[in-house]
Amino acid sequence: MARPGTRIIQAKLVLVGDMGTGKTSLVLRFVKGQFFHHQEATVGAAFFTQILSVSEATVKFDIWDTAGQERYHSLAPMYYRGAAAAIVVYDISTMDTFARAKKWVQELQKQGEEDAVMTLSVHTKLCFLDTVPDWLVSCLVYLCISCLILVGNPKLVMALVGNKTDLDSKREVQVEEGEEFAQENGMLFMETSAKTAENVNELFYEIAKKLATASPPNPSGVTLNHEETQERRGKLFCCIG
Amino acid sequence: MDEEYDVIVLGTGLKECILSGLLSVDGLKVLHMDRNDYYGGESTSLNLIQLWKKFRGNDKPPAHLGSSRDYNVDMVPKFMMANGTLVRVLIHTDVTKYLYFKAVDGSYVFNKGKVHKVPATDMEALKSPLMGIFEKRRARKFFIYVQDYDEKDPKTHEGMDLTRVSTRALIAKYGLDDNTVDFIGHALALHRDDRYLDEPALDTVKRMKLYAESLARFQGGSPYIYPLYGLGELPQAFARLSAVYGGTYMLNKPECKVEYDDEGKVCGVTSEGETARCKKVVCDPSYLPNKVRKIGKVARAIAIMSHPIPNTNDSHSVQIILPQKQLGRKSDMYVFCCSYSHNVAPKGKFIAFVSTEAETDHPESELKPGIDLLGPVDEIFFDIYDRYEPVNEPSLDNCFISTSYDATTHFESTVSDVLNMYTMITGKVLDLSVDLSAASAAEE
Repeated sequence: MARPGTRIIQAKLVLVGDMGTGKTSLVLRFVKGQFFHHQEATVGAAFFTQILSVSEATVKFDIWDTAGQERYHSLAPMYYRGAAAAIVVYDISTMDTFARAKKWVQELQKQGEEDAVMTLSVHTKLCFLDTVPDWLVSCLVYLCISCLILVGNPKLVMALVGNKTDLDSKREVQVEEGEEFAQENGMLFMETSAKTAENVNELFYEIAKKLATASPPNPSGVTLNHEETQERRGKLFCCIG
Repeated sequence: MDEEYDVIVLGTGLKECILSGLLSVDGLKVLHMDRNDYYGGESTSLNLIQLWKKFRGNDKPPAHLGSSRDYNVDMVPKFMMANGTLVRVLIHTDVTKYLYFKAVDGSYVFNKGKVHKVPATDMEALKSPLMGIFEKRRARKFFIYVQDYDEKDPKTHEGMDLTRVSTRALIAKYGLDDNTVDFIGHALALHRDDRYLDEPALDTVKRMKLYAESLARFQGGSPYIYPLYGLGELPQAFARLSAVYGGTYMLNKPECKVEYDDEGKVCGVTSEGETARCKKVVCDPSYLPNKVRKIGKVARAIAIMSHPIPNTNDSHSVQIILPQKQLGRKSDMYVFCCSYSHNVAPKGKFIAFVSTEAETDHPESELKPGIDLLGPVDEIFFDIYDRYEPVNEPSLDNCFISTSYDATTHFESTVSDVLNMYTMITGKVLDLSVDLSAASAAEE
């Protein structure tokens, strides 16, 4: 893991945007360096993690893909819950997807307000071990439960991304249009190509930088993980006497 | 929508979502619809505005309760046994990565008019006034027997066949008094009534072991865990699993009429004039009301408070079991409380529930002993709902209907219904020892 003293930020990042704009391709390019010409509609994997170091901190991204639930507008609220960053993707070769991207931004702003009022009860520093209760520390050590620190987001870091710059000849959305809309809404802006990898790493790097300089993180609950499956005998059973 | 699916699932309650997820993982083509525009159906969590709309009609929630969106009020409040089957299903499907859990602070039991902590450590057990000193020694012997009991190892059985010996006979061997039996049966084995006494003891022994293993797992004050933001997260997480494996999701679909062929077998579902074809339908009782019968009624009070439940050591999340005998009832009553510490209410606010199986025509007044434990409340709502179970023969019509959620405060009965349905639908038994994420990692 990171060097001692380096801040580690665990940040949930969500992607939104219409079907076929290349959300999954962007993630696969960033996480695995791959690109498939005919990326199947998202099936089987819609959760990736990737670690990125910037000078201020090490950011561990939990990246959530929509898993196709955007198709009939059935994205669950939990998708946005606790997100620290969001990438709104449109396809520069289809004006429609840009119009829809604006709708997605509104949706995110609605969710962002929610997160802004949501003040978590406990605030701890990154060396979180001394601020959580003893029993939790012991299970952390003993049961390998990962205690996650989610970046609390009084402000959701949002990025507007015009994907598919490799299709410049068929461009319908001008760079300026994207830039202007992003600026009005306080978003990062970038044009990318998952196919050629243009600007993909830069996009995540910019987001990581912005997260690293944002407000201090909030802790969250524990997650259950596989190691726990091993049977442990109930040692106490209210052992009396 | 105009396509053919292996299975159409109607309703996004927890049971339906777990099934949808498991079936999609199995490679079946699943369409999942709900008449509501939100996930969770009967087992959703409501914010303050939704809560008021459900119980208070046109009134608006008072401002002093804080922001509507800070509330996630469970419509079917339950805790999860830390080592129970729901946790196994979560780990098996790797859905844990979408959720965050926190241990529940305390588990309490109502005994002789007072609330006592169910001991979680040796020290607490020593100090507990629940039993006298001699009774504690007798109980200890019984607990050691249960702890050492291993179904596969006859040496630990001490000559008793627990599939035949009744719980009453097993306990009699240890000479425990009625009060202790009540405590063991209801606060540890979590039985809802006293039928278990005449049933084979194996079930009770297994339930006690589950309690102990769950308690040991997080070394907290209770055997329970609970997701941040409320139980409404669970159906959403399983729906996501289903979607990740190719399931199609459509909310806000009115009607959802099930269509049959000439033989009476299901052949599709119609909504808004479009029919999706399918081989099987999975749904909650509300989608096929002519194939279910009423089996009971749950009475529940929901209270918003500004303090923890008195006499629970200021626990921010707690369960209190009121065994039926202590109240002169046939079934137990449960008090369940959680708060801002699990992100289900704004800072300083607590949500308490009192639930029981209704036994009279005045279910609201039946809840009084539980409500009396809460102290003053800011607001209180009453929710009385009927419970249904399917009466159809799934092998004839290919309709697989779940049973309504019961009044218990944990998910063991919920998951056992789901696993039975899974077996009926697929003809397979779900092997929970397999870890899906490990399996897919191995494939890579």
